[in-house]
Amino acid sequence: MNANVPSSTSHYPTATNVQKPETHTLSVLVDNEPGVLARVIGLFSGRGYNIESLTVSETEHQKHQSLITVVTTGTPMVIEQIKNQLDRLVPVHRVVDMTISGKAIERELAMVKVRGKGDERVEALRLADAFRARVIDATTESFVFEITGKSDKIEQFVALMLPLGLVEVSRTGIAAIARGPDPM
Amino acid sequence: MTKHTATNDTTEPRQMTGAEMVIQAMADQGVKHLFGYPGGAVLPIYDALFAQKDVRHILVRHEQGAVHAAEGYARSTGKVGCVLVTSGPGATNAVTGLTDALCDSIPLVCITGQVPTHLIGNDAFQECDTVGITRPCTKHNYLVKRIEDLPRILHEAFHIAASGRPGPVVVDIPKDIQFATGMYSRPTEFPHTGYHPKLKADPAPIKAAVELMARAKKPIFYTGGGVINSGPQASKLLRELVQATGFPITSTLMGLGAYPAADPQWLGMLGMHGTLEANMAMHDCDVMVCVGARFDDRITGRLDAFSPNSKKIHIDIDPSSINKNVHVDIPIIGDCAHVLQDMLHLWKSEKKQADKKAIGDWWKQVDKWRARKSLSYRPSNEVIKPQYAIQRLFELTKDRDTYITTEVGQHQMWAAQFYHFNEPNRWMTSGGLGTMGYGLPASVGVQLAHPKSLVIDIAGEASVQMTMQELSTAVQYRLPIKIFILNNSYMGMVRQWQELLHGSRYSESYSEALPDFVKLAEAMHAVGIRCEKPGDLDHAIKEMIDIDRPVLFDCVVDKAENCFPMIPSGKAHNEMILGDSGVSLDDAITEEGKMLV
Ligand SMILES: Cc1cc2nc3c(=O)[nH]c(=O)nc-3n(C[C@H](O)[C@H](O)[C@H](O)COP(=O)(O)OP(=O)(O)OC[C@H]3O[C@@H](n4cnc5c(N)ncnc54)[C@H](O)[C@@H]3O)c2cc1C
Ligand SMILES: Cc1ncc(C[n+]2csc(CCOP(=O)(O)OP(=O)(O)O)c2C)c(N)n1
Ligand SMILES: [Mg+2]
Repeated sequence: MNANVPSSTSHYPTATNVQKPETHTLSVLVDNEPGVLARVIGLFSGRGYNIESLTVSETEHQKHQSLITVVTTGTPMVIEQIKNQLDRLVPVHRVVDMTISGKAIERELAMVKVRGKGDERVEALRLADAFRARVIDATTESFVFEITGKSDKIEQFVALMLPLGLVEVSRTGIAAIARGPDPM
Repeated sequence: MTKHTATNDTTEPRQMTGAEMVIQAMADQGVKHLFGYPGGAVLPIYDALFAQKDVRHILVRHEQGAVHAAEGYARSTGKVGCVLVTSGPGATNAVTGLTDALCDSIPLVCITGQVPTHLIGNDAFQECDTVGITRPCTKHNYLVKRIEDLPRILHEAFHIAASGRPGPVVVDIPKDIQFATGMYSRPTEFPHTGYHPKLKADPAPIKAAVELMARAKKPIFYTGGGVINSGPQASKLLRELVQATGFPITSTLMGLGAYPAADPQWLGMLGMHGTLEANMAMHDCDVMVCVGARFDDRITGRLDAFSPNSKKIHIDIDPSSINKNVHVDIPIIGDCAHVLQDMLHLWKSEKKQADKKAIGDWWKQVDKWRARKSLSYRPSNEVIKPQYAIQRLFELTKDRDTYITTEVGQHQMWAAQFYHFNEPNRWMTSGGLGTMGYGLPASVGVQLAHPKSLVIDIAGEASVQMTMQELSTAVQYRLPIKIFILNNSYMGMVRQWQELLHGSRYSESYSEALPDFVKLAEAMHAVGIRCEKPGDLDHAIKEMIDIDRPVLFDCVVDKAENCFPMIPSGKAHNEMILGDSGVSLDDAITEEGKMLV
């Protein structure tokens, strides 16, 4: 009566690979209390979820609330679990899936240090200008550029700086907000 | 002052120390018993305990025992269990119990002492990162840093432990906060605006569920621990709904007693060691109504073969339980009692009728599976069969007011199969974590809550040695618990798996150098009874029941008996091994199955 099910796997649930993994950006509004970030991160590591990017900062001082933005990857079933598990944490007020809600804007800031002389230096400056990156520090042999934008824009910029003397990159991770007049 | 009663007074802010607040908050919460063990970092709280009569402290012998006792207390009463332990080793010893309570959704508040605030992080004497260690094994935890926060945190801890999906909450209190003085009052509301467990479900899925049930041809109720968590009213409503529909019902290990085992609609427990009829009905059903169960892997077996042709309705208070392992068609998020009430109301008001003809045919099929008598075993006149021992224990205690706890292993499964429960809260077992050593301390907690009842820990000779020392606690407080050991001289469950999976190489699973349990009992001022022959069993059990003191009953049973039925690793529900089926165990499990026991 059971002929059409695939052959044996295990008694434990197997990772059902039928669903394709997706990347989602989650905005998590939390009470700004000690240990809250540890709870969120511990949940991800303890349950084996991925964190691709994480940003945290206080949003409204009077309300003692912080916004955690997490970019994570998983099958739709796992993404649903992640959201429900986050929501279950006592200091978590809201979890919004910015990827599902659609019209979210995502930005990241990076500071990029480039060292070089002569033509390379001129080329770095020229490219920075094209990417609307600002020079926020300079010496005779280096620049620090500040660039904001989507992650892929930043990645592209960093890749271009690599042959021109890239020394160091410091990125904030992704912050996200919904378009339109309404709060999340 | 014109205040009248003590309870009224509690809303009026009063000055007291942090230590006094701990006890006052417990008294305000109606706590009668507190299970604990003292140490340097909680001495101020022990001082506060000394001065009052509201809360009775029960001194255990190990902090793990305190937590299990509180679990037994909580599960048998529906109240929050309370624990008090010291910093460092006191807190770490409590971790197993806390994890156990988290896995089985048991409401607990555990107060831990901590080194003074200014020493935190300095590797002070008996310091450990209690909130760090217990974060993943509690529903929530707190480190109290200001005396002003303490009253709120204490009451919030009770609120969080008991509401929604229940669980353990730890409150870590540095010693200086216990000494500090502040204003205490019982808060009326909690500012955690993010924590709002949803009790009442949306009407739309309830309506859809009732429609689906009315059209079902091969339906089944699959119920679990959530019905027990929800309270006695949920069990009552479940009975009404099951009877109104005429559907068969099965339950997980955690849900036993919510529906009476004596009723003909009851199919017995499902899952790895469940009955053939329960598992086959789950496999073949067309509509599954899951009430407060979480599609655990001991239930589903091979996921891709789990009930392949059914539409699934899932009632659960915790959204994270929905679609975790198994995709369901109609999720209903809410408390069992609330949802069952609404479903029952709709079923009646819309004059729904089950499809009589189809349900009749379905029962005919179910009865064929039943006729297979999957729990049967080969009886013996020479040795006591463990199943027989539980059957006799049941027959001789069923007309009494009885509570059963268990340890973990084969004896636990035989207890679930052969001891029949007709009421909720009568069955205390460690299901999710499977903690050997749970049952004895749990029975201590149950007996305290129900002093006049018969409380029996169905134990294994290996498990019982893990928390044996709590027999002293039972003796100290004159708790006449009965520890009924199915002594098979083996870690039987391990031995069974070794027989199945590892070519009968019984590596380290023999219970070597066992104590003489009768003498051990006597040395601990309890009573010991040994029984080795089936013919002596009834008499010995009656003797045990009649003794109004703790009894350690060494029931010497067949060493080689295996627990059946069993769905082996890597198999589906309709591929069970039955006890007398003659299937060679070696052939029953696939190579991949062996990896994943
Ligand atoms: C050796 C061994 C063998 C085992 N074999 C079996 C076996 O053969 N069969 C078996 O059934 N189990 C077996 N178990 C137990 C198993 O591991 C699980 O603990 C058990 O199946 C889980 O039961 P449950 O699904 O009822 O969930 P529980 O752990 O009781 O969870 C309750 C569910 O209900 C929800 N809930 C809680 N409160 C409410 C409420 N008020 N309203 C609505 N929902 C609520 C929760 O969110 C959760 O999803 C075994 C354990 C051991 C140690
Ligand atoms: C604390 C702990 N350690 C190890 C295990 C693994 N384990 C499960 S059952 C079992 C054997 C139990 O033996 P016993 O108490 O004699 O019960 P029996 O199976 O013989 O009835 C073991 C070691 C466990 N569940 N808990
Ligand atoms: Mg044993």
